[in-house]
Order: sequence, then structure tokens, then C-alpha cells
Amino acid sequence: MNDQNMPEQEDNNQKQGMPRRTMLKALAGVPVVGLLGFEVWKKRGYDLDKQRAVVKELGLDSIQYPVSDYGKTTSSGDMIRVGFIGFGTRATQLSNALGFMHPLDVKKKQGSNAFNDWMQQEYLNVAVTGICDVFDLHAEKGLATVGNDIRPGGKDASKLPVKRYLTYQEMLADKDIDAVIIATPDHHHARISIDAAKAGKHVYCEKSVALHEDELNELYNTVKSSGIVYQLGHQITQSVVFQQAKEIVKRDILGKITLVETTSNRNTAEGAWIRHLDANGNPKPGDETTIDWKQWLGNTPYVPFSADRFYSWTKWFAYDHGMIGQLFTHEFDAVNQLLRIGIPKSVVSSGGIYYWKDNREMPDSLHCVFEYPERELTLLYSGNLASGRSRGRVFMGHDASMELGNNIIINADRNSTKYKQGIASGLIDTSSPMLTYNPGAGQIDAVTSASEKYYASRGLTTTTLNGRPVDVTHLHLREWLNCIRNGGTPSVNIDMAYQEGIAGIMAHLSYVEKRRVEWDEVNKKIV
Amino acid sequence: MSIKQNRYTSLQLIFLVLLRFLIGWHILYEGIAKLLNPGWSSSGFLKESQWILSGFAKWVTSNPDILSVVDFLNTWGLIAIGLGLIMGLFFRVAAISGFLLLVVYYLNCPPLLGLEYSLPADGSNLVVNKTLIEAIALVVLALFSTSKIFGLDAFIGKRRKKGGTKK
Repeated sequence: MNDQNMPEQEDNNQKQGMPRRTMLKALAGVPVVGLLGFEVWKKRGYDLDKQRAVVKELGLDSIQYPVSDYGKTTSSGDMIRVGFIGFGTRATQLSNALGFMHPLDVKKKQGSNAFNDWMQQEYLNVAVTGICDVFDLHAEKGLATVGNDIRPGGKDASKLPVKRYLTYQEMLADKDIDAVIIATPDHHHARISIDAAKAGKHVYCEKSVALHEDELNELYNTVKSSGIVYQLGHQITQSVVFQQAKEIVKRDILGKITLVETTSNRNTAEGAWIRHLDANGNPKPGDETTIDWKQWLGNTPYVPFSADRFYSWTKWFAYDHGMIGQLFTHEFDAVNQLLRIGIPKSVVSSGGIYYWKDNREMPDSLHCVFEYPERELTLLYSGNLASGRSRGRVFMGHDASMELGNNIIINADRNSTKYKQGIASGLIDTSSPMLTYNPGAGQIDAVTSASEKYYASRGLTTTTLNGRPVDVTHLHLREWLNCIRNGGTPSVNIDMAYQEGIAGIMAHLSYVEKRRVEWDEVNKKIV
Repeated sequence: MSIKQNRYTSLQLIFLVLLRFLIGWHILYEGIAKLLNPGWSSSGFLKESQWILSGFAKWVTSNPDILSVVDFLNTWGLIAIGLGLIMGLFFRVAAISGFLLLVVYYLNCPPLLGLEYSLPADGSNLVVNKTLIEAIALVVLALFSTSKIFGLDAFIGKRRKKGGTKK
């Protein structure tokens, strides 16, 4: 081999500048970059064509997404004076969503992203003027929370004196309260909501709506005749992903849906409502001197004071319907918001206490089948508290199935009629998602790469608006407040709440009475 | 060293340049692909991080501002390194930067015994993976530089020589 490539030899020609041969060699990379550029251009065209073809095949090319006015409007209208009835864990979250945080939480979270996002929350022009809780400690926590100046809106945020009420009746009698947020244990929900509606106070109530058919009927009639704005606490509909799912259902991407499968999958003591101990295993605070036990019991049968009942009330049927009340209600609302299925014709529930063998009444494994013969659809709920395996929420159609969580994944069915041609031509691949919607990306994507498929299956915890994570509960409260100010009907109004309440009560009765429970459409009665 | 490095046979030169082009192509396209995908973020990769850099990865992913800076630097870093390798411009800097970047990738997700990843691996790897090989290949390329023959560094070299900065 010769040594023709030694630069020393070329140096001999330096005096006349660089020889052409050397110069050409120095530019050897140019055609390589050119070729890469050409290949990239070709690939991009191919990907876009394929995506366009899939999107067009699905009729999604003309899709219009609603533009949120979030953060673009200032809260006009009057300030709304809100009272909290019940100030436990959920009320703490609700107060954050409303724009209030306890000083200790501020101290703990300050500087974190979550805190910064929270400070960016839209100022809702509300003042909390009342706190009511049967437990002194909770009431004091509530007073400290709503009295904190560090909040969205800052020092300019309107501030009114906060009063503690010992009973909710006193709060409802006060003309200085416009609206109430009910976050008590479930056995109080219907009674307090009814009394609030009668007192002309707007109501935001946590689920479940009611535990018994008669109180649900009374609530429905009272709210209907009162003119107040009622919102049940199912914030899930506020997620941007949900709006996309609505569009997908509207456009019949899935074909005829005959089965919807909803699940709850938990595997912790906390998740199974064992909550009377703190993180270190010590009993949580509270005894009969600081808790008004009689008031806490309300209309339920008398039992001596029990911290277990006070903190872990979900375990007993007197206070809740267990998984049906706490978890299925969210599932039902999600499905009802999308498909408007309403009240089922019949429900069969089955389950038992198989793992958490403490003093509970509620089953830890529960499965309910809701039939909608007129809609030709079955809604399935399967909840388990002793396995965390994620089973998702799936809408099964003849042409495609949709898994809806914090994101949307749609798979075409390999025996689909609608997509038969697309599948045969290779345009639609049934072995991988046909469409995904990831709220972070802000658009519907036809999935092209393996890693994209993978990331699509991972969810997000909040919804994304204008590029920022926003708490969905905040949006749900905001909708309620906007309806109070400007009129209109919130997402989970009393009609939606009624349908959900009936479905839940039917499922509970079926479990307790071990029979198939039916809905008498003519007499509007559970039979 | 600057004289000896270029005393290559034709075959040696051909394959050194070919390797340079291939790695450059790979790295440049990795950068371009990220640039063209508006939804891309390094957070998915960093969330997988398990070994000695997992603390760093967690810090990056928990802070959106830092994450966006890292995404920007990563995308444009890959493009600059890829172009540097192919065009043979500032070749040593590009190759060593590429080496460092690839080592960071490797150290975030090394295929060590006992570390399990949810993302599927590219083939069967034990301790050694393609990222590590590519990183070391870049060091070899930096040591056996070809950019003054087949690359824009030729111009820089000449100008320096003209200016009397010959080492």
C-alpha cells in the first residue's frame, strides 16, 4: 500500500492554494448529509401519508376540538361565599382545588412543581366563610386552610371572616353563605343536600349521591323544584382526554358497543379503607371529647364511639355502599357521560370478603353486571381490593375497542366490518393501537413507532390545559361556580346524579339481598 | 501525533471514514427524529433510569423547565455531533462529545444483572450494549482521525498552517 494520503505530500502544493482533489475529499461528507436529508424527507412524507390515511379512514380529519377558555377569562360576577360541611381528607383536596392550602402544606410543598402549578390555578373569586365539622381538629384545620393568604390571587384575593359552625343546620340558616361543599361521610350526603337545597344554597356534593331510594327521590324532587345549582363530585369529566373520548364515541369509531368493562384494582390497607392508624401505626387522634359522635352518627343506628368507624366508615353499610359508593360511582359517571346509558334494567352483584378479614361488612371482591336491553349493552363492574393488577376501563365495540384512562388507546378489531378493507390493505394494524390520544401531546396521533405505543399506555395524573397541568377537581368546582354565576347546567347535575344513585343502590341491594334487582321504568321504582 | 495519525493505508482510510459516516448518520438522524416529533421528550427514557445516574434523571424529570432544557440540548447536541462526524468538522470535539453523551445514555440504563427495564431492549445485552460499543468506537475514531483528509477540518488545518500555527 502506498502512502498517498499523507498530508505532507499535499503540503507541497500549498503555495497555489488547495488542490482540487484535496478540496473534493474534504467535502466528502456533503453527499452523505444530502442522502440522509433525502431519506428523512421521504420518511416524513411516508409517515404523514400513513397518518393522514388512518385519520381519514376513521373520519377524524374534520375533527374540531373545543377550545378551553381556562385562564383566559377573569372570574366575572359576584364573589361566591362558600361553606364547607365536613373537613377531612377529601375536603383538604377540595379546598386546594378551590384555591386554599393549609400553611403547613404550603411549607412542605413550596418550591415544588406541584406547588407552582397550584399557584397558577385560575383565581375563582370565592371566599370560604364557613367551616362545619363534628371533629374539632378537622374544623381547626379547615379554618387555618381557608385563612391562609398564600393562594392563587395572592393578597388581592377577596377575604371575608370565616366562621365555624357546630352543626350544618346553623350554617344553612346563615344568609352569609351562598353555596356549600359537602364532604362528609356518605350517610349524610342526601340529608344535607336536601336541607341545603331547601335553604336555597347551591350544592357541590361528593359521591355517593344517596344511600337509599327514598332519600334519593326526595333529593331529586327538592333540587328540581329549588332552582339551585347541584353538582356531584365526579371530576373525571373535566379531563381533556374525556372530551376526545366523547368525540370518538360521537363519530362511531368503535362501531356498535355491546360491552363496557370497568374495574377497580387496589391492594393496600389504605385502599381497602383501613384508615384509623397513621403512617407509624399509631391510632389517629380523636375521641368523644373532641368529636360530636351523636351528630356524626346522624340517622344511623346507635353504636358506641369507635375511631375505626369514624375513620374507616366505608367498611360498614350504614355509612356507605363500599366499593359501589366509593369507586363504582366514578366508573358509572365516566360511562354515563360518554354513552348516556341512564338507569339499568337489571343488576346482579356477587362477591365476598376474601382477603381483608377484619370487622367489615363491605366485600373486598365485588362484581356487578348492569343490563341495558334497550341499548343492547352490558355494563360490567369488577372491583378487587387484594390485587393491584391494572385492568383499565374498556369500551368494546364491534369495530374497535377503546381503553380510556388518563389517555385513550384504540385498537381495531381484527374481525371488524367497518375496517375490513383497511385491515386487508395493511393500512390498519390490529396488533397495535390504531389511535392513541395523549393529552400531553395535544393532538390525536396515529401510532407509528414501538416506543410511542409504549408511552401511550402510561397515563398522566392531571389534565393539560394551555400546556400546564391543571387539577381536574379545580375545573369541576370552577364549572359549578360558573353555573351559579351565569346559569347553565353542570356536567354532573341532579339528573346524572339520580341515574347514578339508582344504579348504585340497585347494585348494593343485589349484593345484600343476593338477588337480581330490576328497575320499574313505569313507576320509577326499584323492584 | 498529528502527522502519524494520517499515515493510513487506503483500506484503513476507507473503513475509518465509513465508520465515521455510519455513526454520524445514526446520531444525526436520532437528533432529527426528535426535532420532527413535537411530542418527544427525554422524560420517558429518563424515567427508566436505574443506576448511578437515576438521581440525576429524577431531578431532571421532576422539573419541567430543566427537562425542556435537557430536551433542547439533547436534540441539538445530537444534530451538531452527527453533522460534525459526517462533515468532519471540529471532528475531535464532536467525537469526544458524542462519546460523553453516549456514556451518559449507557450509564442511565446499563444492561447490568438485576436491573430490569420496562422498555424492550434492542437485542440481548449483558453489561455490554450497542450504545457502549458506539461510544468506544467514537473514541477510536477520535484517535484515528480522518477529518483532515475526508472532512472540513482539512480547511481549518490548512489555514492554521498558513497562519504559522503548525504544531
